[in-house]
Amino acid sequence: MKKQYFLNAHIIDPKNLIDEIGGLIIDENGKIEAVGKKVNKNNIPSREKYIDLKSKYLFPGIVDMRVFVGEPGYEYKENFRTLSNAALSGGVTSAVTMPNTSPVIDNVSIVDFLKRRGRDKSKINIYPTASLTKNLEGKNMTEFGLLQNKGIIGFTDGIKTIQNTRLMSRIMRSAFDVGSLVMQHAEDYELAENGTVNDGIISTKLGLQGITDLAEKIIIDRDLSLLEDFNCRYHISQISSAKSIELINKRKNEVDFTTGVSINNLSLNENDIGDFRTFLKLSPPLRTENDRVELIKGINKNLIDVIVSDHKPEDEESKRLTFTQAATGASGIETLLPLSLELFHNGSVKLSKIIELLTSNPAKILKINKGNLSIGNDADFCIVDIYKPWIVKKEKLISKSKNTSIENKKLQGKVLNTFIKGVELFKI
Amino acid sequence: MHSQFNRSIEFVLMASLKKAIKISQKHLLGIQDLSISDINTILNEAKNFISLNKSKNKKIDILRGKTQINLFFEPSTRTQSSFELAGKRLGADVMSMNITNSAIKKGETLIDTAMTLNAMHPDIIVIRHQDSGACNLLSQKVNCAVLNAGDGRREHPTQALLDALTIIDRKNTIQGLRIAICGDILHSRVARSNIYLLNMLGAEVNIVAPSNLMPKDIEKLGVNKFTNMKKGLKDCDIVMMLRLQNERMSTSFLSSNREYYEYYGLTPDKLNHAKEDALIMHPGPMNRGIEIDTKLADDINKSVIKEQVELGVAVRMACLKLFCE
Repeated sequence: MKKQYFLNAHIIDPKNLIDEIGGLIIDENGKIEAVGKKVNKNNIPSREKYIDLKSKYLFPGIVDMRVFVGEPGYEYKENFRTLSNAALSGGVTSAVTMPNTSPVIDNVSIVDFLKRRGRDKSKINIYPTASLTKNLEGKNMTEFGLLQNKGIIGFTDGIKTIQNTRLMSRIMRSAFDVGSLVMQHAEDYELAENGTVNDGIISTKLGLQGITDLAEKIIIDRDLSLLEDFNCRYHISQISSAKSIELINKRKNEVDFTTGVSINNLSLNENDIGDFRTFLKLSPPLRTENDRVELIKGINKNLIDVIVSDHKPEDEESKRLTFTQAATGASGIETLLPLSLELFHNGSVKLSKIIELLTSNPAKILKINKGNLSIGNDADFCIVDIYKPWIVKKEKLISKSKNTSIENKKLQGKVLNTFIKGVELFKI
Repeated sequence: MHSQFNRSIEFVLMASLKKAIKISQKHLLGIQDLSISDINTILNEAKNFISLNKSKNKKIDILRGKTQINLFFEPSTRTQSSFELAGKRLGADVMSMNITNSAIKKGETLIDTAMTLNAMHPDIIVIRHQDSGACNLLSQKVNCAVLNAGDGRREHPTQALLDALTIIDRKNTIQGLRIAICGDILHSRVARSNIYLLNMLGAEVNIVAPSNLMPKDIEKLGVNKFTNMKKGLKDCDIVMMLRLQNERMSTSFLSSNREYYEYYGLTPDKLNHAKEDALIMHPGPMNRGIEIDTKLADDINKSVIKEQVELGVAVRMACLKLFCE
């Protein structure tokens, strides 16, 4: 590989506190050799070719902490190859995959298969999680230590929640012993039973069973109480409501934990469901505009650590049903960054903050050396025209499944190129 | 009798000739979608059919050559038979699908069923489904008009329209009336459709239910909320009772039927808080002794429950006619 020079980029690298016009040099091994304002035309060899980025933005590759891939078992929804291509087009270079596959990622032998498939078929970095409990049944915990030794990055039941408090306390203790990361999807099943949308005027009008925001709050409250005694690495996968923000605000200084939010809950509200649009049937559900606004305030108050796509590819057949019958989730890995940029364009969140929540923060929680442009690191990054306007069309999506929650939405900002280890793997 | 029949025939034919009378919607999915003018059009049309339904020869042929398919995914006595009768009286070819023997039991999705039926070129599909929004989904996939005969908890527009017609028949108007809707509001599509319709026609609507059966934020629909029935019935002109939908309650909503009757069942004692000439309504089927005292239900001076059923046919004839055009 030849050395590469990129000049005149607006570089944002939250980990290294870089937010400036500058350049990036990638060495022969695809590692970062130099970065920042000191890299300019005057201090690179004159014989070398360089690329003038003309003030386009350059971000570290995005680390998406919540991605569902169909392998194994649901390859018709998404496989590692289609996921990679979709991710790269959205500047995502690392993805944490959920264990909700068939079979479930819950034992050492399946991890070998997964790692092999991820390595052979995926162009992006795949960080697989395993389930907290065997077969996601919420009864017996998996072998955190052994699975971790095999390369499992963290533990979660994905779309499911540990309901049993005693089991949760034991999970926390075991995770503490071996230093595992526990990620909880917070939803009390009894309160949320048969629910499909936020409990409020929309559920009343549409005649759908609501999911109260208490269902989320109660699990978070319970887990944070347990965490006081059994302090493991704990991450709330996604929150959706003002009540959860209020609770997190109260507890943030007492216990150590981190919090994620789906871009869907930051960008949409329950009114977007309109006339039973099943692509907006999500978990946690879209809530009120007030909830959405409070989540954004939460980001600005440092109460939320990461933004995720919650990429959940579903085939047409699973969505062409009544709202009650339809599958939950939306495809979103390729629109994660452009949709997040909307928060910048409408003045809700600073650009550097958004990039922090998409890159360095998730990497820190996962304890991986990704999501930054530190010297000597793999050159995983993307070049973005943050002002380029475009319209989301589901038939143009790269992901195998087309269930986007933002069909026909006008966005500003498009990824132009994505590099992994210094190799350009996506070009618009 | 004979002349009355002729008059009504004339009336109907005249109305059908006036092509200007139109509904703003292609489908009847819910009261929410209708304008006041749509509602008045339907109610006026229905009035024409009341006398026809009382006459000796009840059949006219304004829908001759039209095909009506009744697609009932939930058991129904009055609504299904009412729609069937309405279609037949207008001369349509009516087919009622028996879901228990159909491909739906074999795992066919609603959309595929819709496509299949659509290929048979029906003019109107009447659908009842346990899922809210099922009729909306169906309407997106077929070419003909779709009439909602009840979807989940969302809407039951023809029930609300027949309730309105019944009230107008007795009280002349809905404007300014105080109307209480009582009971299992949470699971009730009848309540939702009635709230929209009665509000539009200028009534003041009181909702009476135990907290466990009260939908969240219902007051945002422009109604008054009561958990105390006596307070909720105070000075009401109409008391509309709803059936306790035990089949939709998987977990404990209420302690017992007898406690429910004590607090929320319509008894003479509670009815005393309403106006003296208050009318009792119920969409049926009734749970006697649970939500309503059995003598009150049959009290011909107060209860208009049978009239509701009777006018239901007229309202459905009006809807079939107007949405078929």
